[in-house]
Amino acid sequence: MIVVEELYKSFGPKEVLKGVNLEIKKGESMVIIGGSGSGKSVLLKHIIGLLRPDRGRVLIDNVDITGLNERQLYAVRRRFGMLFQGAALFDSLTVWENVAFALLRQKVASPDEARRIASEKLKMVGLKGVEDLMPSELSGGMKKRVGLARAIAHNPEIILYDEPTTGLDPIMADAINELIIQLQQKLNVTSVTITHDMTSAYKIADRIAMLYDGKIIQVGTPEEIKNTDNPVVKQFVTGSSMGPIKIEGVTA
Amino acid sequence: MNPIAELGRLIISFTSELGRVLLLLCTTLKQIFLPPFELKNTFKQMVEIGIKSLPVIFITAVFTGMVLALQSYTGFKRFGAESLVATVVALSMTRELGPVLTGLIVAGRAGAAMAAELGTMRVTEQIDALETLATNPIKYLIVPRFIAGALMLPALAIVTDIIGILGGYVITVGLFGASNVSYWNRTWNFLEMTDILNGLIKACFFGIAISLISCYKGFYTQGGAEGVGKATTGAVVLSSMTILISDYFLSAWLFK
Ligand SMILES: Nc1ncnc2c1ncn2[C@@H]1O[C@H](COP(=O)(O)OP(=O)(O)OP(=O)(O)O)[C@@H](O)[C@H]1O
Ligand SMILES: [Mg+2]
Repeated sequence: MIVVEELYKSFGPKEVLKGVNLEIKKGESMVIIGGSGSGKSVLLKHIIGLLRPDRGRVLIDNVDITGLNERQLYAVRRRFGMLFQGAALFDSLTVWENVAFALLRQKVASPDEARRIASEKLKMVGLKGVEDLMPSELSGGMKKRVGLARAIAHNPEIILYDEPTTGLDPIMADAINELIIQLQQKLNVTSVTITHDMTSAYKIADRIAMLYDGKIIQVGTPEEIKNTDNPVVKQFVTGSSMGPIKIEGVTA
Repeated sequence: MNPIAELGRLIISFTSELGRVLLLLCTTLKQIFLPPFELKNTFKQMVEIGIKSLPVIFITAVFTGMVLALQSYTGFKRFGAESLVATVVALSMTRELGPVLTGLIVAGRAGAAMAAELGTMRVTEQIDALETLATNPIKYLIVPRFIAGALMLPALAIVTDIIGILGGYVITVGLFGASNVSYWNRTWNFLEMTDILNGLIKACFFGIAISLISCYKGFYTQGGAEGVGKATTGAVVLSSMTILISDYFLSAWLFK
């Protein structure tokens, strides 16, 4: 179970998170929505301990990871997989070495075995015959899917997806949604997904949380979010430029 | 712009940066001795820093040895001391030019490459990705470069020493017609083992400084592609300055 408690984070004078509270149950699929620059990626990085908060706690199974030393933190991270918004593939390694990175590092598989697992995971994200390419030879959407394969390669219990379907064609996007659902249902993975794509959000979420002005302003099932009374959430999920959320210079 | 204030600012930023580099040094030293050992990555970096610098090192060394012989021969001729040329070349190369030139070249080549590579990895979140895959990025990225720098710089300095002395030989014996035997005698008679060894100690120090500074600059890059550019320039400038300044103090201490 993941609990985020009163999380605050600023970068210089810029306050990004201003008291975020969120609870994600074991085996649950939580989707986080929110405007561009609202701090979704920053929140995700706190959950895996990449950023340390100014204030507040992040509990993973009742252990506060913000106070852990390096060794303990790495032990917790082995239970996680993370897909980065920009894929963040290692550009000095081939595709399969990227996917098998954790397996090779932690010596849980022989190189042959690791390569076989990498191919298998690549197939799960719809990629074949790309094992020996370098990341620079891939398209944006392919990179994203290799990043996804890397995030799931070591069979993590908790997977964090930062915009898994952005940059994919609609059919591929739907296939990735199916994959996320399958991982959750078959392997009981806990997942936290950031997305701007409401179709995808409604499809994969058990619950949806909206981040706005540094706080979670509503958490609910897809049904509840669809029929929300909150004007901010309503404006966001219907994708209207008219409403309480103002875009500087664009909306009158 | 007040030049004194500028100088003061430069000195302050130089020293505060040095402090942070030393912190990174402590972490790196600790990680060197903790398994797993990054043999494959270290070897790759040794090739990158060592083998791939050889062509530039070769050209620099041979021309430096040649010009050194040329200048000292024509200069010393004025007071009939041409016979000292071999000694001047041998002492200058081993004590001073071998390590310093090697350091400056590696700072420009490998140091810039390290800062650019690590900087790119930082701004594209590859360093964060290493963390999420439970891999310590200091161990995975910096330790191999640190070891490679410390080992390859002395190796390259030896090459520079030898090629430089050969360059001096070509000019003194080939061009000015000095005797072959006396050139080698003059080289060996006054060259002491400590000249060579102290030169290599300096080179090792420069290697550590280059790797550490360049990795530091790259590792803590901020601000996208522009930041990578700044980190790269900063790495070369700071490494070169560190080499030239520390060279004076190391020489004063080693060659008492
Ligand atoms: N390392 C950092 N240093 C300084 N500022 C940062 C850093 N990371 C994020 N920010 C700032 O925090 C804010 C939130 O960024 P974040 O990447 O979390 O947005 P986001 O909600 O993921 O947006 P998007 O949907 O566009 O990806 C932004 O204003 C960004 O400039
Ligand atoms: Mg984001």
